[in-house]
Amino acid sequence: MSQDSARVERAALETEREPNPVLAVLRTSVGRNAGLVVALLLICIVGAVTAGERFSSTDNALTILRLAATIGVVSIGMTFVIIGGGIDLSVGAIVALSSVWCTTVATQTMAENTHWIVMVGVALLVGAGCGLVNGLLIAYGNIVPFIMTLAMLASARGLAEIISDKKTQIVGSGVSGFKEFFNRDFLGVDVQIWLFALVAVVGWILLNRTTFGRRTVAVGGNPEAARLAGINVKRHTVYLYVLIGICCGIAALILVAKTTTGSSTHGTLYELDAIAAVVIGGTLLTGGRGTIVGTVLGVLIFSTLTNIFILNNRSFSEQSLFKGAIIVAAVLLQQRLASRSST
Amino acid sequence: MTVLLQMTGIVKEFPGVRALDGVDLDVRAGEVHCLIGQNGAGKSTLIKVLSGFHQPDAGTIVWDGQEATLSTPAKAIERGVATIYQELDLVPHLDVAENIFLGHEAAVVGFTQRVRAHREARELLARLGHPEIAPTRIVGDLPPAKQQIVSMARALSRDTRLLVLDEPSAVLDQEEVDNLFRVIHGLTAEGVAIVYISHRLEEIREIGDRITVLKDGRTVATGLAVEDAPTADLIRLMTGRSIEYVFPPRAEEPRETAAPVLEVRDLALAGVFSGVDLTVRAGEIVGLAGLVGAGRSEIIETVYGARRASSGTVTVDGKRLRRGSVQQAVRAGVGLAPEERKSQGLLLDEAVFKNITVSSMSRFARLGFLDRGEERRQATELTESLDVRPAGVTRAARTLSGGNQQKIVLARWLMRDCRVLLLDEPTRGVDVGARSEIYQLIRSLADRGVAVVVVSSEIEEVLGLADRVLVVREGEVVHEAAATAIDEAGVLDLVMEGKVPA
Repeated sequence: MSQDSARVERAALETEREPNPVLAVLRTSVGRNAGLVVALLLICIVGAVTAGERFSSTDNALTILRLAATIGVVSIGMTFVIIGGGIDLSVGAIVALSSVWCTTVATQTMAENTHWIVMVGVALLVGAGCGLVNGLLIAYGNIVPFIMTLAMLASARGLAEIISDKKTQIVGSGVSGFKEFFNRDFLGVDVQIWLFALVAVVGWILLNRTTFGRRTVAVGGNPEAARLAGINVKRHTVYLYVLIGICCGIAALILVAKTTTGSSTHGTLYELDAIAAVVIGGTLLTGGRGTIVGTVLGVLIFSTLTNIFILNNRSFSEQSLFKGAIIVAAVLLQQRLASRSST
Repeated sequence: MTVLLQMTGIVKEFPGVRALDGVDLDVRAGEVHCLIGQNGAGKSTLIKVLSGFHQPDAGTIVWDGQEATLSTPAKAIERGVATIYQELDLVPHLDVAENIFLGHEAAVVGFTQRVRAHREARELLARLGHPEIAPTRIVGDLPPAKQQIVSMARALSRDTRLLVLDEPSAVLDQEEVDNLFRVIHGLTAEGVAIVYISHRLEEIREIGDRITVLKDGRTVATGLAVEDAPTADLIRLMTGRSIEYVFPPRAEEPRETAAPVLEVRDLALAGVFSGVDLTVRAGEIVGLAGLVGAGRSEIIETVYGARRASSGTVTVDGKRLRRGSVQQAVRAGVGLAPEERKSQGLLLDEAVFKNITVSSMSRFARLGFLDRGEERRQATELTESLDVRPAGVTRAARTLSGGNQQKIVLARWLMRDCRVLLLDEPTRGVDVGARSEIYQLIRSLADRGVAVVVVSSEIEEVLGLADRVLVVREGEVVHEAAATAIDEAGVLDLVMEGKVPA
């Protein structure tokens, strides 16, 4: 038995030297993303077959992208936090708080008197502020990210309810410029979709071309080595949570424009959708590895699926069941690839 | 006495290292067999083979007259091998009785029989001379010496025929050691065999029957009767050399004239070390020798700021460093190549060039944007000059051998033109051929004016590489000498007995 296991180990070492070409390609991030594109195409074929014209129209494509925009922006932020070795469960609650805070009577009055950009500033500041609190307590208070953001999940939504008195706050006509800006078309595509694209592109550049991205990978991949190499791991952790907070602020603005309301019920269960999209996209939950392209594809896969379910008049419950199965399948696949590449 | 265990020609290889290279060990029922050797001689690997954690690549194990394989720890326990490691493997939140019977709880259809467990635990503890330990005490609340007793009780709760004790006295004071010895005598009288690992020769004289000496993964003496083995002979056996390393020549001119670069004054880390003074001049290599756990690694990690000193000062080029700030140390020109290269040094899945530039990223960045072409170009230049093989700076650091990984860590600090380089076990996991290269590299860095501090468990390495040697024992610098003014036996004497050589 011992000889067998030794042989297996040796065999594993040899495969590392001369890897199976198919597996080797799937293991690279480019290959994994190609796999996701194939999955997305398959889903689109299913959509076209089951829903026909209603699915494969330009209008429907835009609907899918609009569906993807809010959760997509949050997922880009989540990608950074997870690559950096953390997790953020409070994103949905932060979205709700930002949406409520930027639509209060006080904010709207201020916006009417000056410019609607005030609402944008408030939403981003509230998001960044919540992220800052998360980050500081995680990095310097040594609270586990899971627990800290769970606490933020509860308190941010609670604060949103207090501020709004659990009422839906409608964006008044005095700040019509706000709604008009976010619902405007640009080259035939809504501004909210452009915003998602912009956040994704900026995220990609930030992750792949800057010192910030390099440090994120180092901090998540091996915090001890990063610390000993002279990286300020704690400070970087704070930056990561502020970053995702700002993403939540942007998502809140898109939601407020889309629904013309701010509400403490906005963003419910966003944490699950965002984490699911990131995981499907091939980002390791243990940190240190992940791609923006993968996350974008993960978000598109989910929103396309939701769209197909809606077009076929399937219930929300069925969607949830199916999503759960996809997450498990993706993680199983990811683990198999990871274990083969590490032995 | 009957031979209980006979290990012959045991070989164990790890990638790049042959940890055991034909080790023989025979243990008789009812004896205390001492296992000695320097750090890295293979003692730990041998007991891990014995307790089923590692599978030998070659060699035979005869247990109680029959050839046996110990394929898993559970199999080894089944045969009656119990091991008590230095790091006690108890569950701190469970109580004493639960720990003793962990894994073989007395139970009826899944319900543990607490009364019976408590009674049996009390009997075992009484047999070990500690009836005062209550079976209901939470193990985490007990002092280390009593935890060790619980560990032994756990071993005895099964039908143990061979008990391996890995430096059991390290956590004990004199009185507790006396009790431990009473317990050992009681066990041997019942026919239990003991394998006793210790660095303290005086203990071995007191408790041991026979001695096996390991060096560089080989048995250099086996079954020596304790009374026929004078200390001088044992030390000679443990040192002597089997492999000649080639050390680069030291610089000719005396170093006293060069300016001190690193000055450490009265540095202390509460509970680990205290009163450390250290001055390293430009171009000088200072070695810290001592046992694992003596505080050597902690000293340089504290100098680096990775641990926060409880008192004392560290200055680099006259500038005082803030305590516990790695960033400031790095800015002042200090670099550390940590002991655990894989877990503390490298980003294994990242490209070689990213590992090299991780501490000097700002040099390649404009407004935060990295010039990756320039990064790769400079990293390639460095890896070529260090002869890192295989070449190619975009491959993952994981794919390199130990020696080449170490070069990557050194390249990281070369990239920064550092003033002080702290090296913790620079050749651990580096195969013999590549060692000379690493030594050469370290010396050439010193010749360029870098102040180097080297920590190593291999006394030979410290003496061959360094200009000056500090011997650390139990958190204190007990001796300082020019590397040429002291020999391996002298250092070993200091390390093991704390005596200044005549």
